[in-house]
Amino acid sequence: MAALLELDNIRKSYGTGTAVETEVSHGIHLTLQPGEFAALIGPSGSGKSTLLNIIGLLERASAGSLKLSGVEMTQASEDELTRARLTTLGFVFQFHNLLPAFTALENVQMPGLVLESDFTAPRRKEALTLLEAVGLKGAEAKKPGQLSGGMQQRVAIARALALSPKLVLADEPTGNLDTKTADDIFVLLRRFNVERGTAFLVVTHDPDLAARCDRVIRLVDGKIAADAKHEAGEPLA
Amino acid sequence: MMKLGFEWKLALRFLGEGRFQSTLIIAGVTLGVAVIVYITSMLAGLQGNMIRNLLDTQAHIVVRPPDEIVRPQLPSADTARAIQPRAQRVLSIDNWQTYLRYIERVPSIIITSPLASGSALAVRGEATRGITLFGVELERYARIVALRDKLQEGEFRLGAGEALIGVELAKDFALRMGDRFNITTEAVSEPFLVSGILDLGNRQANRTNVYINLHAGQNLLKLPGGITSLELRVGDIYKAETIAQELQAGTGLKVESWMTTNGQLLSTLRGQDVTTIFIRAFVALIVVLGIASVLIVSVVQKQKEIGILRAMGASRGQMTRVFLMQGAIVGVIGFILGSVLAYLLIEAFITFVKGTDGNPIFPIIFLPETALSTCLLAIAAGVIAAIAPARRAAKLDPAQAIRG
Repeated sequence: MAALLELDNIRKSYGTGTAVETEVSHGIHLTLQPGEFAALIGPSGSGKSTLLNIIGLLERASAGSLKLSGVEMTQASEDELTRARLTTLGFVFQFHNLLPAFTALENVQMPGLVLESDFTAPRRKEALTLLEAVGLKGAEAKKPGQLSGGMQQRVAIARALALSPKLVLADEPTGNLDTKTADDIFVLLRRFNVERGTAFLVVTHDPDLAARCDRVIRLVDGKIAADAKHEAGEPLA
Repeated sequence: MMKLGFEWKLALRFLGEGRFQSTLIIAGVTLGVAVIVYITSMLAGLQGNMIRNLLDTQAHIVVRPPDEIVRPQLPSADTARAIQPRAQRVLSIDNWQTYLRYIERVPSIIITSPLASGSALAVRGEATRGITLFGVELERYARIVALRDKLQEGEFRLGAGEALIGVELAKDFALRMGDRFNITTEAVSEPFLVSGILDLGNRQANRTNVYINLHAGQNLLKLPGGITSLELRVGDIYKAETIAQELQAGTGLKVESWMTTNGQLLSTLRGQDVTTIFIRAFVALIVVLGIASVLIVSVVQKQKEIGILRAMGASRGQMTRVFLMQGAIVGVIGFILGSVLAYLLIEAFITFVKGTDGNPIFPIIFLPETALSTCLLAIAAGVIAAIAPARRAAKLDPAQAIRG
């Protein structure tokens, strides 16, 4: 099977051409297979967010190659990147995840609205199913402001899965939550991974969470320092 | 066709979310539209009224015999000479029936009326007054100058030996219906019977204008079968000058339109038009700046949401259109409310601002084309105002917006 994501010698510099040019990613090689559940860990400033933004097609790499489902994306136009984000990727962020003016249900339908310019009946049905799956049956009509942090994050997960992406990128999805809620959210991500075969790349600070992933990629100083597959539940090496 | 469901829903929600800001900009557009519609309508009413009053009392086009000119006998231009222009006599248009037939065939001319006009003296007992005689075919003439509405007393007819006179002359001569007075010219003096008294809306005209039938006019003015002018009414009053020039070229007679004889009034009206255009432009500019500044603030406030939408896969074009559409929506709502406000202002003006006779000073006309052009202006203002904010929203780097 073709790899879902292939990074080859990805480099990222900021302030290119100025006196303060800084390279934050130094030649990253990484391959993700469909259905993988991987954690991306590393100390602050190690370049996790930058790498996630590059994989999420929100930032362009300064050099190297990025293939998504076998398609080279480094030379893609802005519109092609936008389209790929919509149809192939899902995002869950730590903060500011939802649109406060829309209800939980509408937030989950939002990718469908972007794609089809309408809230269609099939998308609505799917959104209801997803909300039920994340345990929010009954909260469909609530606005984000009326939901707890954990509930908002569940809505965000349901939204990330709305158009059945191949890969969901989660940036500290539990970083803002208490332990119990964080655990619930993690279980939910894992369940979608198993049930739908969606690949996940989860950035986290939490070693316990990382230990429960199939693969742990450790980033130090903009390089991959360790990349290990292991059985979920084993302690990290 | 491009589907705009996403842009439409987002624009409405964003506006609904920032309710206070939205209210402010809509109020701004409303006031702007109200000012523009009110001023335009008022000016249309005022100008329409001025022109109507003016053209109630004069023909749109007057055809006269050409001026008499002096033709010197000396053939050479080398000889020093001073040519004194000659005084113009009361002259008839030679062969006027031929010209009349020619003019009547011009399609833009609605009605023609021959007129034998000149000065004379009105005499009653010891009293005399200088008057202007109008020898007319009354039915035709009344379709050119709205005389019938001006009748105050008596009957609107001009039989043989009958005259219609103004209220001032009637007062000066103590004339009432059926009374007699004499009209004297250098040729003859004839008695006339007052058949009706007119209020022409102007003291001078009320004192001097005396209407008699065409035949009597020709006799008194020594113009048997002749006329001094042809009075014309055209369909489009603003084409009068063009038509007059065409007629002058076609007949060789002296043809003048109301636009030439009232040049000053027309310049005044044009000046008003230009002023209104300036006012409209500045009001529109203020509205644009108001909308733009509020929408810019809104983009800054919503930068995280814009970032999320962009990350999710909304395109730059979609985000641009979300903000352009907010501008357009503000424009449409502002236009509707502004038109209502303008309508109320106009009603208030008509109800409360009255002339000495208890009638509104002048009618205000709410023109559909004003409404349409203002609607387009409001939408254009909204969209133009939204361009800068929309570009800003589209340019937001989603990664930075979410992190920020």
